[in-house]
Amino acid sequence: MIRVVLPAHLRRLAGINGEVRLDIAGVVSQRSVLDAIECRYPMLRGTIRDQDSQRRRAFIRFFACEEDLSHEEPDASLPDAVASGAEPYLIVGAMAGG
Amino acid sequence: MTGVRVLVGTRKGAFVLTADGKRDQWKVSGPHFSGWEIYHLKGSPADPDRIYASQSSGWSGQVIQRSDDGGVSFQPVGNQFSYDGTPGTHQWYDGTPHPWEFARVWHLEPALDDPDTVYAGVEDAGLFKSGDGGQSWHELAGLRGHGSGSSWQPGAGGMCLHTIILDPATASRMFAAISAAGAFRSDDGGQTWRPVNRGLQSEGIPDPDAEVGHCVHRIAMHPSRPEVLYMQKHWDVMRTDDAGETWREISGNLPTDFGFPIDVHAHEPETIYVVPITSDSEHFPPEGKLRVYRSRSGGDEWEPLTNGLPQQHCYVNVLRDAMAVDSLDDCGIYFGTTGGQVYASADSGDHWAPIVRDLPAVLSVEVQTLP
Repeated sequence: MIRVVLPAHLRRLAGINGEVRLDIAGVVSQRSVLDAIECRYPMLRGTIRDQDSQRRRAFIRFFACEEDLSHEEPDASLPDAVASGAEPYLIVGAMAGG
Repeated sequence: MTGVRVLVGTRKGAFVLTADGKRDQWKVSGPHFSGWEIYHLKGSPADPDRIYASQSSGWSGQVIQRSDDGGVSFQPVGNQFSYDGTPGTHQWYDGTPHPWEFARVWHLEPALDDPDTVYAGVEDAGLFKSGDGGQSWHELAGLRGHGSGSSWQPGAGGMCLHTIILDPATASRMFAAISAAGAFRSDDGGQTWRPVNRGLQSEGIPDPDAEVGHCVHRIAMHPSRPEVLYMQKHWDVMRTDDAGETWREISGNLPTDFGFPIDVHAHEPETIYVVPITSDSEHFPPEGKLRVYRSRSGGDEWEPLTNGLPQQHCYVNVLRDAMAVDSLDDCGIYFGTTGGQVYASADSGDHWAPIVRDLPAVLSVEVQTLP
C-alpha cells in the first residue's frame, strides 16, 4: 500500500479527503505512482507533470523520508519506507507557487 | 504627541497621509514617484523629517529616495547594491541551483539613533547597510554567507529579505527574516548570523523542522520586550520568549493561521494583531469578511475586529509590510490592502474607517507619530 499526500489545491480539484492509498504491482517509482494517481483521478492529468513530456511541473516538488526527490530519475525505485507504506510520498506545491 | 504621518507604498507610487491626534480628518498627498513600485517607505526614529523610500520598476530597476523634510520633497540617493564577493547560488523554486541576482529593495530600516544609518533588505535575499544617508551601500555578507544560503528558496513574492528588527536594548543585536529561509539573529551588529528557527514546522520543505527553509512572512517585536518576538509564518502564528532560540505556536482559535502581517500594540506588549487569510492559494479573507484578529494575551486566544471593515464580498489581501501602529496614547492601528484601501483605527482596533479607498494595490504601510 503506497500512501500519497497531495497539495490542498489538487485535493480540492480531485475531491480527495486525506491521503491517497494505492496498490502498485511491480516497481514502485515516481512514474508508477503518478501513473496510478492519474489513472484513478483523470482530472489531475497535466497538473503534476506535463501530459506530453511527463516532466514535473516547475512549481511541484516531490518529497519523501525528509528528502527532496524532485530531481531523481522518474523510474528509480522509491525508498522502501514509501513502498511499504511506512512513509508517505509527498507531492508538494513549491512555496513560490502560492 | 500631536499627529501622525502614514507612509503608504503602492504598485504605482507613494502616498503620504497626515492627521492630527484625533485621526479623523486626513490630508492625502501623492502619488509621489507616480508609476513606480514603492515597496517601502520608513522614517528615521532619530529624525522624523528623514524618510527613506524604495522605488523600483521592471523597466529601470532600483532607485532609493530620501526626504529630509518629512516627505514634502525627495532626492534620489545611492542605488548600487553589489553583493560581496562571488554571490554563488540559492535554490530556485523548482529545486535547481540559481545564481544570486539583485532584484529590488523590499524593506528599509533606519537605525534607532542615527538618521544617516539605514539597513536595506533585498531580493535576492541579502542585507545591506548605509552609513551616509543612503548615498552608498555595502552588504553585511555574514548573513548570506553563514552557510545555509545555497538551500534558501523563493516564496511567491520572490526570495526576499523583508523584515529587519533592531533590538533597542542591545545595540549589537538584530533580527532578519527571509522568505523562504527563516529567521536569523546577529549579536555583533550584523557581522555574523545564525538561524533561529527551532520549533517551526513547514510542509513545503522535505524536512518539516529543518534549521532553514521556512517561509517566514513577518516578525514583530515590542520595544519594551526585545526577547519576545511574534511571527506570522506561511502557515502558523508563532511566538518566542527567548529571542528566537525556541518558537511555539500561538494560532489558537484563529479561523486560519495563514497570513502576512503581524504587529504589536504600542503600549501593550501582549496585544498583537494579525489578518487571517484563507490559504496559500486563496489570498483573501475567509468568507469574504475582512477581519483583523487581536489577542490581548500574547496569542492563543483571539477576537475578531470587524467594526467598520467590510463583512461581505471582500477578496483583498493584506501584504506583510502593510500594517503599522502609532504610539499615541490611544494606540492607532493601520493597514492597507491589495484593493487600494488604507484602514485606520484610533482605538486599538475596536473601530475602523478607511482613510482612502481607491489607491493602487498597497505594498507597505508605516506610520510616524509626530511631536
